[in-house]
Amino acid sequence: MISLAGRDILHSWPRFVLTGVGLGLLIGVTLTMAGVYRGMVDDARALLNNSGADIWVVQQDTQGPYAESSSIHDDAYRSLRVLPGVARAASVTYLTMQVRRGDIDVRAMVVGFEPGQPGEPGYLVAGRQITRSHYEAVADVKTGFQLGDTLRIRRHDYRVVGLTRRMVSSGGDPMVFIPLKDAQEAQFLKDNDAILGERARTAANPALNRPGVPGLLEALQASQTANRNVNAVLVQVAPGADTASVAGEIRRWKHLQAYTRPQMEEILVSKLIATSARQIGMFLVILAIVSAAIVAFIIYTMTLGKIREIAVLKLIGTRNRTIAGMILQQAMGLGLIGFMVGKTAATVWAPFFPKYVLLEPGDAARGLLVVMVICALASTLAIRVALRVDPATAIGG
Amino acid sequence: MEGFGIHIAGLRKRYGEGEAVVNALKDVTMTVAPGEVVGLIGPSGSGKSTLLKCLGAVIEPTAGRMTLGDEVIFDDGWKIPDLRALRRDRIGFIFQAPYLIPFLDVTDNVALLPMLAGQPNDVARRRARALLDALDVGHRAKAQPSQLSGGEQQRVAIARALANQPPVILADEPTAPLDSERALGVVRILNEMAGQFRTAIIVVTHDEKIIPTFKRIYQIRDGKTFEEKGQGAG
Repeated sequence: MISLAGRDILHSWPRFVLTGVGLGLLIGVTLTMAGVYRGMVDDARALLNNSGADIWVVQQDTQGPYAESSSIHDDAYRSLRVLPGVARAASVTYLTMQVRRGDIDVRAMVVGFEPGQPGEPGYLVAGRQITRSHYEAVADVKTGFQLGDTLRIRRHDYRVVGLTRRMVSSGGDPMVFIPLKDAQEAQFLKDNDAILGERARTAANPALNRPGVPGLLEALQASQTANRNVNAVLVQVAPGADTASVAGEIRRWKHLQAYTRPQMEEILVSKLIATSARQIGMFLVILAIVSAAIVAFIIYTMTLGKIREIAVLKLIGTRNRTIAGMILQQAMGLGLIGFMVGKTAATVWAPFFPKYVLLEPGDAARGLLVVMVICALASTLAIRVALRVDPATAIGG
Repeated sequence: MEGFGIHIAGLRKRYGEGEAVVNALKDVTMTVAPGEVVGLIGPSGSGKSTLLKCLGAVIEPTAGRMTLGDEVIFDDGWKIPDLRALRRDRIGFIFQAPYLIPFLDVTDNVALLPMLAGQPNDVARRRARALLDALDVGHRAKAQPSQLSGGEQQRVAIARALANQPPVILADEPTAPLDSERALGVVRILNEMAGQFRTAIIVVTHDEKIIPTFKRIYQIRDGKTFEEKGQGAG
């Protein structure tokens, strides 16, 4: 038996292909939306992987340093280093801000780290790691910065000495790494007028400017302009040590919050990007409904255009299931063309998105399945119409 | 007259109930022998189409008896369980317009019926080509229906009706869209095919050009048939 659906598709292929392309672009958008979500999750995982930490130690009762602000004293790492099971511990700061290069502003996450310690970019694609104590930077290539560029972070200029890749925040902002001390200063640096005002207020306070205590005022003013806080301490556990136990010890004895890798991933994926995920999920549902409506409408109108032929086919003895199969195969064919166009389109335009779009083969396979199911369901309306066609309508009168 | 192609006796068809009842067919009796072509004529609303639909097993008569070949297919109720198979295997249809399937080429339009009946594609296509050759459209076997002239399309439609070698063909105004020359050509072909394949053909027509060509004519008036002798030589 010949394939009636295949012949019909071949007969009117321009219309079919154009319709498939239109549907495909919609499917491409759907796949891209899924890719955006996957990209967000991947960014979050990349953030955790690239930090090189096994445990994130943050301010008690917070879910920092990525999902909430966290502030701990910058000497906390010392007491952590001596804990059993801890191999390395180092302070880090995270500050999302506009980093300026000439007249261009780039939104980036500025990371303060100690060279050679957890938090340092794991690998470079060009240049070298930071070797000087101040005013050098390593930037993710997504910032668009080049080796030798001069960046402006707050009041200081930094020279880009190294470039790295896939170092992004959970929001997808590329990272710029600078020395910890510089980052601490940048994080809480007040402007000159504010510093002058603060100094004047302190000097005017008789409790803080006592004549009988020389050096008190200067010490207080120095402490007001210096920042001794960091956002987190990244801890690497010793080989063989149990990460959960070490985290438990930190929580118990150091009055700090300590998150293991799975806990931090849970915070990032389930909490930080949960709203975005729901947002994307809603888009996917709407796009699926729109796709179904389009397929249903197209197949329905195509079927209405063949009512006479269907009546003739039924009159000459074609089985209902042959006619239903023809319509179903056309819907599936449309879905298949749409999916191929959509997958190709998504693959072509994904790199041009400002945020990372991760198109996973598993998502594509699930997408194909969903498209086919949607097409099959969408064809039921047309099949219903076709099966109701009275073969007698082929005979005049 | 040898044997029965199709024999109808006392066929009635009533639509509606109570005061809205319409007796479309009141007493239809007709016989068409194998190899014979008869005309069925009558004014609009006389019941021609209703009769054709009853004969074509697409609507159920209210009462009466129909015999196809040696088999009673209707006797105050259908005696054949699978009417779809009956239409496919034992009744050929020719419509007012050719109604060829636009997305199948000429060969497959004709071969579709044998394929639906379960014949292998190559066997069905061989049969189709033989019929197309017999109807002098073999050279258009690979063409699409839209590429054919009206006369060629109607010949392909005749070939399709003959594809499963049915004992009876019902032709519903088959010459309506054709000019005189082509209309007479179609009737000539129907006569030839009826003779060649021993098929009983009932031609419903209004076409004054072809009415004189029938040897026998059934006139239908007010739901009843009246047999008349035609002027045809056949």
